[in-house]
Amino acid sequence: MKRRGLFYLQLGFTLLVCAFLVVPVILSIMAGLTVNYFVGIESGLTLRWVMEVWNGYRDTIFLSIGLSLACLAVTLVIGVPAAYVLAKRQTALTRALEEMLVLPVAVPGLATALALIVTYGSLSGFRTSWAFILVGHVLFTLPFMVRSVLAVLSAIDLRTLEEGAASLGAGFWPRFRDIVLPNCRQGILAGSLMVVTLSMGEFNMTWLLHTPFTKTLPVGLADAYASLRLEVGSAYTLVFFLMIMPLLLALQAFAKPRPAKFVAEDAE
Amino acid sequence: MRHETRRLILLLLPAGIVFAAFFLLPMARLFFIGGSGKTGWAAYAAILTDSLYLDSLFSTLGVAAATTAATLVISGISGVFLQRHKFPGNALLVSMLTFPLAFPGVVIGFMVIMLAGRQGLIGQVTQALTGEKLVFAYTLSGLFMGYVYFSIPRTILTVMAAAEKLDPKLEEAARSLGASPWRVLLDVIIPGLKPAFISAGAICFATAVGAFGTAFTLAARINVLPMVIYTEFTLSANIAMAAALSFVLGIVTWLVLALARTAAGSSVAAAG
Repeated sequence: MKRRGLFYLQLGFTLLVCAFLVVPVILSIMAGLTVNYFVGIESGLTLRWVMEVWNGYRDTIFLSIGLSLACLAVTLVIGVPAAYVLAKRQTALTRALEEMLVLPVAVPGLATALALIVTYGSLSGFRTSWAFILVGHVLFTLPFMVRSVLAVLSAIDLRTLEEGAASLGAGFWPRFRDIVLPNCRQGILAGSLMVVTLSMGEFNMTWLLHTPFTKTLPVGLADAYASLRLEVGSAYTLVFFLMIMPLLLALQAFAKPRPAKFVAEDAE
Repeated sequence: MRHETRRLILLLLPAGIVFAAFFLLPMARLFFIGGSGKTGWAAYAAILTDSLYLDSLFSTLGVAAATTAATLVISGISGVFLQRHKFPGNALLVSMLTFPLAFPGVVIGFMVIMLAGRQGLIGQVTQALTGEKLVFAYTLSGLFMGYVYFSIPRTILTVMAAAEKLDPKLEEAARSLGASPWRVLLDVIIPGLKPAFISAGAICFATAVGAFGTAFTLAARINVLPMVIYTEFTLSANIAMAAALSFVLGIVTWLVLALARTAAGSSVAAAG
């Protein structure tokens, strides 16, 4: 009897926590679609605020999508080979390198952004281009790609697989392409989703790195929160939710750790 | 073999170059610029000697500690509960508790405004109940609320993963020996979850110390270190001081995470 009561107590508590997280999201979605939030839903529903955001801040949406895809491309090209090396050679040196790669996540984005500005801020062509923001995003997201791929590679017997292929005469690149890459597919997918999601939402660094011509979505959001009415800020947040939600759902579905695979799946 | 090593170095090189050019070098420069201001290297001591900075250091650490404590208690209760009891709707609750995982700090700030701001829900409810409107979004309490909001999703995931690995037999044994639920919690569950609590707690703490977006959305007047750094940099154009403070801030967050990693023996990294 007592344990039953304990169950409901914990359930009630958990529901309260859920409400704490979900209610403001619902309120903000409602506010973005109401004519006048102060009056309430009776004032009617409208898409006016969403249109206002679309007209005023459309560029930030496109820039953020472009940035996150560019960031994904860079982290794939430099991160996957790095993860392979770290998995292949597990020495004190590679462990130290792995530790270092995570530093930009441990250090506040504000510090990283300031460091970039004092070092490269005088290169005006670079400073004012979106590549300047890209650099920050790559630093911040790279550890997630590396770790995600590394986790998968550490769980499989990479050595045996590669030796098998090598004994059959496969050179390095065929091995990398046909054995290593297919085997870390799961890690690459999870890492990619993480990179795109994080890049899309990065603000701590981006706020200092951006210029009036390179405003990303979160920068635009901060702008709107500070200067526009609550309804517009809410509509903008709604647009952000719509963009990020598919990514989050995909992350929840795919990013769960899978049981270690020993053998490569049959080649397609 | 040497050929192999050369190839591995080649594969590591692109990431290495990007990292050295855009992180190590800039950080080193930041360190020297921190010592190049009017006060020279004393700028690094100013965080402890200047009462303005010391105050904000205390409120930053205070808010971070409170966030960590609250988040661990909340996520500990709900995480263990959801891992132990599989009932219809369990999966829905888990996804509701984890979906704000990737909300940026600015959006979290806005969520706090929706709840505790001038037109917020808490204000409306308290006005209807007591006639007085409770508005606290634009203060340290609002910031605390935002950081807890931010930290719950990732902490719950860590707690659930750790609770899954706890051996239920240990609890059964304790219970059959006559231990009360409270004793089981204190002597079996909490010690079993300790590594997860340490690593998740360190991430909460480090994120709350270094985050900027939430405070920026809530109010420029909130006196926490990231806001002070931002003000030094933009309004006062005191770049040396901003550099010194952010370097110190970086050391603090890195230390917290590194200590937790040694204590918990697993990988720990902040996010957001």
